[in-house]
Amino acid sequence: MTTSASWPDVPAFPLAAKAALGDAQMRRNIGMATSTIREKRAGVVAEMPDWEALREAGRALKERTLRHLDEHLLTLEASVTRAGGVVHWARDGDEANAIVTRIAREKGVQEVVKVKSMATVEIELNEALEAAGITALETDLAELIVQLGRDRPSHILVPAIHRNRAEIRDIFRRTIGPETLSDEPAELAEAARRFLRERFLRAKVGVSGANFAVAETGAIAVLESEGNGRMCTTLPETLITVCGIEKLVPTWQDLEVFLQLLPRSSTAERMNPYTTLWSGAREDDGPREFHLVLLDNGRTDSLADELARQTLACIRCSACLNVCPVYERTGGHAYGSVYPGPIGAILTPQLAGMRAAGSLPFASSLCGACYEVCPVKIDIPTVLVHLRDRSNRERAAASLRGRLDPERLALKAVAKGFATRGRYERLQKLGRLGQWPVARKGTITRLPGELGGWTAARDLMPIPDQTFREWWVERERTSPRATRPASPATPPSTPGAGA
Amino acid sequence: MTTARDEILARVRAALRDVPREESSADVAVPRDYRVEGTLPHAEVVALFAENCADYRANVREVDAAGLPGAIAEALAARGARRVAIPADLPAEWRVEGPEWIEDRGLSHDELSAVDGVVTGCAVAVALNGTIALDGGVAQGRRALTLLPDYHLCVVRAEQVVELVPEGIARLRESALAGRPMTIVAGPSATSDIEFNRVEGVHGPRTLDVVVVT
Repeated sequence: MTTSASWPDVPAFPLAAKAALGDAQMRRNIGMATSTIREKRAGVVAEMPDWEALREAGRALKERTLRHLDEHLLTLEASVTRAGGVVHWARDGDEANAIVTRIAREKGVQEVVKVKSMATVEIELNEALEAAGITALETDLAELIVQLGRDRPSHILVPAIHRNRAEIRDIFRRTIGPETLSDEPAELAEAARRFLRERFLRAKVGVSGANFAVAETGAIAVLESEGNGRMCTTLPETLITVCGIEKLVPTWQDLEVFLQLLPRSSTAERMNPYTTLWSGAREDDGPREFHLVLLDNGRTDSLADELARQTLACIRCSACLNVCPVYERTGGHAYGSVYPGPIGAILTPQLAGMRAAGSLPFASSLCGACYEVCPVKIDIPTVLVHLRDRSNRERAAASLRGRLDPERLALKAVAKGFATRGRYERLQKLGRLGQWPVARKGTITRLPGELGGWTAARDLMPIPDQTFREWWVERERTSPRATRPASPATPPSTPGAGA
Repeated sequence: MTTARDEILARVRAALRDVPREESSADVAVPRDYRVEGTLPHAEVVALFAENCADYRANVREVDAAGLPGAIAEALAARGARRVAIPADLPAEWRVEGPEWIEDRGLSHDELSAVDGVVTGCAVAVALNGTIALDGGVAQGRRALTLLPDYHLCVVRAEQVVELVPEGIARLRESALAGRPMTIVAGPSATSDIEFNRVEGVHGPRTLDVVVVT
């Protein structure tokens, strides 16, 4: 089985969202957390007079990287190799998992320590290691909460955002103790510290992701808060980093942009507590053996779509999740994807394919808040619309049922009707005649049959007795140019649905 | 059989068919209209660093060169740090009377965990975001040295403080090209993982004292 960013057991978004909306506790937890972080982010962004210039530079740097990705990948490979590291290439998740498993086996370990990495969640590395008899221990607090609670991540940055302190206390009491643990965040953090300390000191193999990989110097950057990232990338004798091929930046200097954009957008701090940067392996400092696994797993498919390619610029800050009105209400699990929220709605369908995640581009109101906060200016709304079109086309192409889908046929008819003025006006006249059974007191609250889906969540305005176009034509006819009053005649109170 | 490397590179090239052959990476314009050079007088830069660094709940004090040994002794005493690890090249005048100084000449992880604290210098500090960068250069030691002890006292000389992030990154460039590992520190270890509220003190040093020498 190939691993993918999409979870096959979670139903399509509309169904999953409906269930999630009924979870009042989860909605409270997410609402609290996202409103806290939104306010903090706004504060640390407001103190940067050059924020917009940084965003533009970040966007342009990622464009530069992606348009010449082959060249930068080769430069990175050469730099890492020169610095004493070993570079591996993985076409998909299975290949990456096999590489990591093989290295861990060669070292004869039963346990590896891991610093939070979205790429390794995407390829289900922990499960693959488990199958090989190796325990992958998550060391980031939120990731540990998810792991101990046998749960799934619901946020890119804080995977346990759907849990409040009392729930976390209960999970810890059940698993790592002690029984008397309180729900004070400081005490919960202390419990994690005690649980992991010995394991860090004994670990022989560490596994990480990468926030950035600098092609010029071979430096890998991991940004974190707790120190678990430093532990995992410094103490073990062997370090394995799984890095999506889009994580590159061309030069060392480019970090000056991203090290400003990422912390303020993600944890809403001027800087995150710890950033570790290393190139290859050394005798005198940190791991003596370093393996870099460059992962494709669908990324080149995204790269091939000129418009959607910008999705690969994502630096996984999660600002778009925190401002999204849809995410705030449904939480992350409803997306059925490792990457939830607005970025997940465009990234997952591209990585996992429309068959697996074709409902995600529709999981948005297109309000555009995500685009406004994105530190690298990914135009998420435009990519969403583009992927909706791709999703529909691929569905139609895939089967007869897809071609005969009522919504598709209805919209096709609408498109024909809107195509010329004559057709449009004839349709309006027909509609006016045909709407009398459903139009009540100036609104249409329920359409019959298959069309009912459209009115399940919204009312429609009926076509008025006189449309704006008809009013305009009449006005032109009845008020000759010479005598037309300076101010226009009053238009009809309901200008007409769609006119 | 094609290797994964060849296949991925081929996929990348096929995906980028729309990019004109003659276009190079440098042809993709990157406007660097953000602040790259500071404008504040240096004294204000140092003061801003102290303020922003303290904002992360690091304890920051400013002393003149003559006051440095006293400040180190005072800080260590206040933390009850008697056995203190140091890089072997820590300046002699920083090794004040009192504590037992343990030079890191390959201390084990357990030995590093058992000391009361660590004293180091740094490579560069950035005022705008209150960060300190260590690159393994003079008086800094390897990464594990400042990671395992629960208490870190870091000495920052005023001339090491720059105003902006790009200035800091530029100062680290030589070390980066030499492939030296680095750590950038913003306060003691912390987490925001419980309800997005920041709590200090997880796996890294739970206490960070910073002495700025002006």
